[in-house]
Parts: sequence; C-alpha cells; structure tokens
Amino acid sequence: MANAAKMQVTDEVAIQITAMNKWYGQFHVLRDINMTVNRGERIVVCGPSGSGKSTLIRCINRLEEHQAGTIMVDGTELTSDLKNIDKVRSEVGMVFQHFNLFPHLTILENLTLAPIWVRKTPKREAEETAMYFLEKVKIPEQALKYPGQLSGGQQQRVAIARSLCMKPRIMLFDEPTSALDPEMIKEVLDTMISLAEDGMTMICVTHEMGFAQAVANRVVFMDQGQIVEQNEPKEFFANPKSERTKLFLSQILGH
Amino acid sequence: MSNSHFVRTQMLPPQKPPVGETGVIKWMRENLFSNWFNTLLTFLGLWAVYALVSGSAPWFLNGVWTASSVDECRAIIAASAGEGASGACWAMINERWHQFMFGFFDREEYWRPLLAFGLLFVALSPVLYFNLRRPTMIMTAGAGVVLVMLLWAVGTDGWHLSLAAVLMAALAALAWVAPKKLLWVTLAFPATAFFLLWGGSVWAPIGVMLGFGIAVLVWRSLVSVIGVSPAAGVAALTALIWWGFVQGHVTGFLANALPFFSLPAEDSDRFGGFLLSFVIGVSAISASLPIGILLALGRRSDMFLIKTLSVGFIEFVRGVPLITMLFTASLLLQYFLPPQTNFDLILRVIILVSLFASAYIAEVIRGGLAALPRGQQEAADSLGLDYWQAQRLIIMPQALKVAIPGIVSSFIGLFKDTTLVALVGLADPLQGVTKVVKADIAWKAAYWEPFIFVGAIFFIFCFSMSRYSMYLEQKLKTDHR
Ligand SMILES: Nc1ncnc2c1ncn2[C@@H]1O[C@H](COP(=O)(O)OP(=O)(O)O)[C@@H](O)[C@H]1O
Ligand SMILES: [Mg+2]
Repeated sequence: MANAAKMQVTDEVAIQITAMNKWYGQFHVLRDINMTVNRGERIVVCGPSGSGKSTLIRCINRLEEHQAGTIMVDGTELTSDLKNIDKVRSEVGMVFQHFNLFPHLTILENLTLAPIWVRKTPKREAEETAMYFLEKVKIPEQALKYPGQLSGGQQQRVAIARSLCMKPRIMLFDEPTSALDPEMIKEVLDTMISLAEDGMTMICVTHEMGFAQAVANRVVFMDQGQIVEQNEPKEFFANPKSERTKLFLSQILGH
Repeated sequence: MSNSHFVRTQMLPPQKPPVGETGVIKWMRENLFSNWFNTLLTFLGLWAVYALVSGSAPWFLNGVWTASSVDECRAIIAASAGEGASGACWAMINERWHQFMFGFFDREEYWRPLLAFGLLFVALSPVLYFNLRRPTMIMTAGAGVVLVMLLWAVGTDGWHLSLAAVLMAALAALAWVAPKKLLWVTLAFPATAFFLLWGGSVWAPIGVMLGFGIAVLVWRSLVSVIGVSPAAGVAALTALIWWGFVQGHVTGFLANALPFFSLPAEDSDRFGGFLLSFVIGVSAISASLPIGILLALGRRSDMFLIKTLSVGFIEFVRGVPLITMLFTASLLLQYFLPPQTNFDLILRVIILVSLFASAYIAEVIRGGLAALPRGQQEAADSLGLDYWQAQRLIIMPQALKVAIPGIVSSFIGLFKDTTLVALVGLADPLQGVTKVVKADIAWKAAYWEPFIFVGAIFFIFCFSMSRYSMYLEQKLKTDHR
C-alpha cells in the first residue's frame, strides 16, 4: 500500500464539471457528465473501450471542446477564450498513452522546452529543474539521449517528468501503461504512486486495478458516454452496484 | 588389429577458400552471372557501354582547346587524327566562357558578381551547418580561396582582388571566433548582393532592408500586447508604408548628401548566363521556402478565409505552366503596376518564379506535416505552447526533416527551370547565350559543345545540392530506428 500520510484530500475544489455534454458531429460521446475533483484527490477512470474516457479527460485541458455544460479548473472556466485555455493548460499536466515525446529533441530539451518558452524560465534554471525531475523518475543518466534510444517505460517516465517540469497542480493520465510491455508497467506505476504520495491531484484512465486499489480514493466507471457509477475502490470492487459495472469487472478481473 | 588411433593435437589453420569462392570472382558469379538471363544482361550491358564509349571517346579525346573558329578546329583535328575524324571544339568555350558565365556584364566589373557569389557561401554556411564552428569556418575559408582564384582568373585589378581577399579572410576569422555572428552576414546578404550586382547608390538597398528592420521592431514591440497575427499585420503595413512613401525620399536625400558609396550601375539586360540563373535560382529558392511554409500552414488552418486563400493560391499556381507565369512577368504585370514604375524584368521574373516554386514547396511540406502523428501537436498544446511556438519548435522541425528529399528535388527542378527565362527574352546559359555565341560566324557550326559545357555546370550544382540533402538527412536522424 502507498504511504497514506501525505495523501490528504482537501475540501478545496480543483475540477468541477457540471452537466457537460459533447458531440462528435451527430455522435453523442459524453452525456450529462457531473463530477467534482477536490485538491489532492486521485481518481481512476475505467470503462469499456469507446466509452468516452479519453474524451472526458481531454476536455479538461481543452484538447477537445465540449458543447454544453461547464468545466471549471482551479476556478477558471474553460471557454473559447484563449487566455483561459492557456492558463488551464499551464496548470494541468497530461501524460498520453503513446508518450508523445518530441523525437527531434534530447530528453533534456524535451523537459526544458515548455518551461523556457511558456514560463520564460532562464535556461540554466530550467535545466536544473529538469535534472531534478529526471532524478525523481530515476533516469538522470539518459538526459542527453534522444527519445528513440529509450525503452517504452523510460519514455513514459520522461513524459511524466516533462509534465512535472511545468509544476502542474493537476495531472491527467490517459492509459499511461497500455502501450507498454508488461515488464515495464511497474516502473511507470511506481512513478505514478510516488507522485500520488506527494499529494498531486490526479485523474488517471487505466485498467490497472492494482494501482486503483493502492492509490485511488475514488474509481469512476464510464459506459457509453455516461458516468455509471463511482465509489471508493474497496466498495467499488467488492460491491459494484450496476449490472454493467459487474460485467465489466468480471471481464477485466475474470482471467 | 592394433588399437592405436590418431588424434590431432593441434588444429590446422583454416585453409584459403578456393579461388572461385573469394573476392572479385565470387562477387561476379553472384551478381553478374548467376543464371543465363543475368549473363545475357551482363553482356548486353557491356556492349552498350562499349558502344557509348567507343562512339564518344574520340570526340572528347580529339578535342581542341585553342582555335579561333570551328573551321580551324576541324583543320587541326584533321591534321592530327586523320581526315574524317570527329572532335570537340572546346575552343568555343575557351573563348566565350565569360559570356556563358556572366552574360554581358562589364568585364572590368566581373569581381562584383564573383564577390557576391563568394559571399553567398559565407551567408549560407551558418544556415547550412547550424553554426557549427568547423564546417562553417571550412566553408567560409574555402569560399574565400576559390573566390580569390576566380577573381585572379578573370583578371581582376589588384585593388579589388586584395579587398575581396581581406574581406573573406576577416569573415573566415569571424566564422572561427563566433560562427553565430555570421548570421548577420546572412541577413545583410540580399542587400549586399543587390548592391554588388546592380550597382548604383548603396542607399537604395539599405533603404529596402531598413523596411524589414522597421517591421521587426514594430512586431517586437507589439507582439506581447496585441498577439502574433495582429502584430504581424501592423508590422507588414508599416513596412509597406515605408517602402511606398518614405524610403524614396530618405534614400534619395542620402544619395545626394553622401554620394561616394556607389558602384557603376549595371542594367538588367546585361545579366545573362549562369549569373542570371544564379540570381533567379538563389532568390527564388530562398524566398519560396518561407512562403511555402506559410502556405502549408495556411492550408491546414482552422480559419476559413486563410485556408481558402491558401488552397486557392496553391491550386491555381500548380495548375498553370511556369511559362505562363513567365509571360505574366514579362507582359501582364506591367499593367497592374502603377504607371511609371519601372519594375525590373529580372525582379518580376524572380517574384513569379518564387510564387510558382512556393506552391510546390507548400505541398511537399504538407506531406511532411501529414506524416507527423497527431500526438505531437497535442503534446505541445498540453504543455501550453501557443500556435506559433508549437509550429516553430515542434511541428516544423519534424515536418521539414521528412520533407527534405522533396524540398531539395523542388529546388533542383527550380534551378534547372531558370533556363526557361529564355522564353521571355532573357539570356539563360543554355539557349540565350548559346544563341548569341553562335551568332558569331566563327562558332556557328558548333553544336554539342555549349550544351555539354552548360549541362556539366548544372550537374555540378544540382549534384551538390543532392549530396547536401543526404548529409542533412543523416545529420538530423535522431529516431534511431
Ligand atoms: N475525433 C473523433 N471524431 C469522431 N469520433 C471520435 C473521435 N474521437 C473519438 N471518437 C469516438 O468517441 C468515442 C469515445 O472515444 P474515446 O473517448 O477515445 O473512448 P475511450 O478512451 O473510452 O476508449 C468512441 O466511440 C470513438 O470512436
Ligand atoms: Mg482512450
């Protein structure tokens, strides 16, 4: 079990999603999403493929636009106002399934690019921060290599460090381990657990139920664009309420 | 039966494989004579090479370098190789090479285009080699040495020769001390080259460059206040106002007040040969890349107007033959410009050739953009980079890398297409100059020599571009797949 001492959930609201709807053309991909995330909470989102999990968290940093309802991130409402979008993006870090590192830049350059250009941090300082986070994800010796020279697990840890260099207050993870070979999943999950222990607010789309049980304080189950059920992990796994949740759990835990 | 048996106590050294399994013979067996069909092809190929070489070798070997006419060439060949032998009359090139190179430029002024040519490589070196000290310095110094030799070969007077030598030495030293500083040479190159080539007062090209300087200043001071696109708009407008209404008065005044900085003016109809090809080719290449990038981005833009304009421009230009554009340059453009503007034909051709090339470059770059995974843009967005930062730092470096072969192909095509300007009456090296040279009764009968000479020079430059692109691809390869 993760060290629970620092994993305190506060009353302060970090993300507030109210009556949010989204369509892709005619296709109603998210229906009436209501969700509140407090600072320090660690949420795991799960559900069958195509249920809208990625779309939901991509709406939170406006990689996707929602058409109805409101999304407030740290008190800033996401509208088409570019200032708000920039503000939210600089506070929300995101880690993707396929890492999306910049292949033409070294690891160090990947980490310092945004701090230098977005935060206007001096290069020296940005590099110090970058090395600090590379130490934290345990690959400082790779700093001068290119992403293509690293293993998948290492690349994903670099991607996490890259987000952390922007000092985000919230981290979003979209299936961070599903593109990895089994033996590399643990190193990435360990990194995420240590992040949770530091009190980071996290929303993580994943099917790693062990991770959910270890660090999540809430599991959200989605199906067909709706939040079907959410509960603290113990209850969620022991007594799923809806039939759909039971079916899903039997499928992923069944074998 | 004795029970003894023999056991080797030492291993024998490996024997040489039989002759048929090594080196040349093995290679030939595997690659040239592996079956009857391959064998047949090998012999056919050998026969073709033989026919080609035996047909043309005497022509090259009998070549005559000094003579005053084709008839004299023939007489010399007949005397040395026997009646009826064929041979090249390189004497034509020997006597008229300067026209193939410089067109009808004043002979005493040859140092000017040559110096501009030398400076071109200095200006290119920091761009081509990313400010790397060694290659930048080698290229600069090499350009200097070649330049001095060329200047000497065309009989430049001592004063200009030493001026050029000192300048190039200083630039090579600069390349060694601070290769990044050479970028200033790159920035100043267009105006410098214009001044060297066309001559006149130095203030006119400086005035034009000042327009760009003003635009940059305006942009810099506004960009953080009103955003990238509006700032760019205001900057462009300021520059246009400067060029249109202010510059003429200022530079006119300066030219009168400080008249000493000027060179004898060379008219555009004196430009010809490779000088012309280079002026058009280099200008159009350097203008079409940035325009092409903007068009490619415009074509992918979410903004309807920008997208429509980009698509419309690209499709229109690609649908029209280059020759049409050249005729537009020579005839039509004059109607659209305000009367009395005496807009130089070469400049008009450069503008239209640049626009023509930029449409193709835009499509090549779009191919590069399409090859990027969507995640790259998303990662840049999620880190908070704005549109232009993302394009400049993440998207373009990768898209251009993918597009290098296509871009260089376009450049090579563009450079060779500069010979088409013959159609609007400019003296390109292939047709224009050849026609002029052959108008001389002495060289009328020459046929292959000018084509081979001009073709060889084109080949050298196009091949260099192609090799450079391979170097670049290798250098930018970071994916280690
Ligand atoms: N850009 C898009 N355009 C149209 N449909 C999309 C797009 N992206 C996702 N979808 C559809 O939306 C649904 C939800 O997708 P997604 O959020 O990626 O699901 P999940 O991450 O839960 O697997 C899927 O049916 C998918 O096909
Ligand atoms: Mg998904």
